[in-house]
Amino acid sequence: MMILKMAWRNIWRNKRRSIITISSIFCAVFFAVFARSFQIGVYDKMVSNMVGMYTGYLQIQQEGFWQEQSIDNSFVPDQSVRDLLDNHNNIDEYNTRLESFALTASENLTKGAIVMGVNFEKEDLLMDLSPKIRAGEFPNEISSSLLISEGLADYYELNIGDSLILLGQGFHGASANGIFPIQGIVKLPMPNLNDRLVFMPILAAQELFAAPERITSMVLQIDEPSKLNKIKTDLGGKLNRDTYDLLDWKQLLPELVQTIQADSAGGIIILGILYMIVTFGILGTLLMMTAERMYEFGILVSIGMRKGKLILTVVLESLMMGVLGVIFGVIGITPVRYYFYLNPIRLQAKAADSIEAFGFEPVIPASLDPQIAINHAAIVLLIVLLCTLYPIAVILKLKPIKAMRS
Amino acid sequence: MEIIKTKNLSKLYKNNELEVLAVDGVSLSIRQGEFTAIVGPSGSGKTTLLNMIGGLDAISDGSVEIAGTNINSMNENELIDFRLKNIGFVFQAYNLIPVLTAKENVEFIMLLQGISPEERKKRSEELLTQVGLEDKFNVRPNQLSGGQQQRVAVARALASRPRFILADEPTANLDSQSTSKLLDIMAEMNKKENITFLFSTHDQRVIDKARRIVTIEDGKIISDEVR
Repeated sequence: MMILKMAWRNIWRNKRRSIITISSIFCAVFFAVFARSFQIGVYDKMVSNMVGMYTGYLQIQQEGFWQEQSIDNSFVPDQSVRDLLDNHNNIDEYNTRLESFALTASENLTKGAIVMGVNFEKEDLLMDLSPKIRAGEFPNEISSSLLISEGLADYYELNIGDSLILLGQGFHGASANGIFPIQGIVKLPMPNLNDRLVFMPILAAQELFAAPERITSMVLQIDEPSKLNKIKTDLGGKLNRDTYDLLDWKQLLPELVQTIQADSAGGIIILGILYMIVTFGILGTLLMMTAERMYEFGILVSIGMRKGKLILTVVLESLMMGVLGVIFGVIGITPVRYYFYLNPIRLQAKAADSIEAFGFEPVIPASLDPQIAINHAAIVLLIVLLCTLYPIAVILKLKPIKAMRS
Repeated sequence: MEIIKTKNLSKLYKNNELEVLAVDGVSLSIRQGEFTAIVGPSGSGKTTLLNMIGGLDAISDGSVEIAGTNINSMNENELIDFRLKNIGFVFQAYNLIPVLTAKENVEFIMLLQGISPEERKKRSEELLTQVGLEDKFNVRPNQLSGGQQQRVAVARALASRPRFILADEPTANLDSQSTSKLLDIMAEMNKKENITFLFSTHDQRVIDKARRIVTIEDGKIISDEVR
């Protein structure tokens, strides 16, 4: 207890210096968590957009479909697979899709598009489509009507009741052509999807592509994204891997993963520079403290204090300053993160256009993931501990008489 | 009973090519209850001799025995523990821990010895009362005068119940009144509790109080007078 008391009081022997040190730790935690929260927030948004809008967290596909995305690699799912998914505790629902590409045409215009045969009721649960409907409604499951993305509708200047021509290739080379009425227009948040997505009832899609009962993927809705790896491992062990591939969103969206990794590396370099500055600040304090207290260290060892205890006192002092800075930093940044979580920054004009050009929503939300603050608090405390290596080395080499003469 | 015994004790300082023999073959015996002053001019080797007796400075030649234990062969931690249990130090510059109160400074040495909080509290209060600082328990060193700080240092030195106290120029920074009071306290403790004191000093007031005077010059004992 007295060692703790000594350490605490030692901090306040030079108030100004300690306050500056604690402030620098506060700033490091504050800005590191601030920057990282936005970075992770943006990544989460990108992932949730892409996963929620398109891929889902897990997909079951015919083995080889991912390498060669042809409708010829579609499949008719076994009843055993359906039973496995129906009875799995962590899988709330699964959507079957028949997905292919087609050339769309109207009047004198044409454009390539993704054609997705879906069950609208289930897809609404996954993609939350209802609030995004801009005109019309979901087509009936047994109809041959389309729900097209707003960008596509704008491109062709189409409205509800107009028709769109689809030209493509069906199963095993069959011709896949048809003219379909538009029953709904949906605005998708991901610009690259919003420009070229056509939904149709899965039965109509199977008929169009001459692939009755066939699907290209089963999109799994899992109860908790954080359990993804566990669910994947569990399902992977039960599925026949010669017939089926089980892919998670990282495999389905490798470009997104690479984008995040590249961007994250840039952010980490900037944080590294910030931490380097803070390290020199803390080290400077400890250098001065050590130099000032050499005489005192000599006295303490002379009267019978083991160097181990002296080191403990110095480490405690440094850690107390570190912990104070970290606590203030976390307390300071939490309301800021919360504010930007509730009120994400919306990019405007050219900044928004450049983000949209990459296919992402021009929104920068802050992440509330507590792990961010925990990680940066741990990094700062580790830096503090590393900096204490200097006084530790000095104390270990200390000769009491020499120190008392200093 | 011999508490301190040095045999042909020497200290050679080497600085590049310059060699200085600060202590030159000193053989000295101090018995329990002595009140001894080592006197001599500045640079005569008094402090170096005390530092070697206290295990603070390495010995170049000879030996130091404290209560029959040779301290020459001890490693660093053994020496620290030995000092903690056997030797009380009073330094010229008081050397109290600035962030601790007078009472905490006295308790600190007992804390290092692993003495219980109740015992620490009782003994520290007793010792501070003995040195006339019963009203300064919770005062920090910077609020005490030099004489008061040195009395706290004496109380701290006594707190560990050492075999003897080494006091290096304890009155050098004190005025006459404080010196007189400090010497009276130490003399009384020596008389009543048979505590052994070994001073290095060139303060005549300390010399006058001492019952044995060892004079040292150029690192050698030139006289040893018992009064």
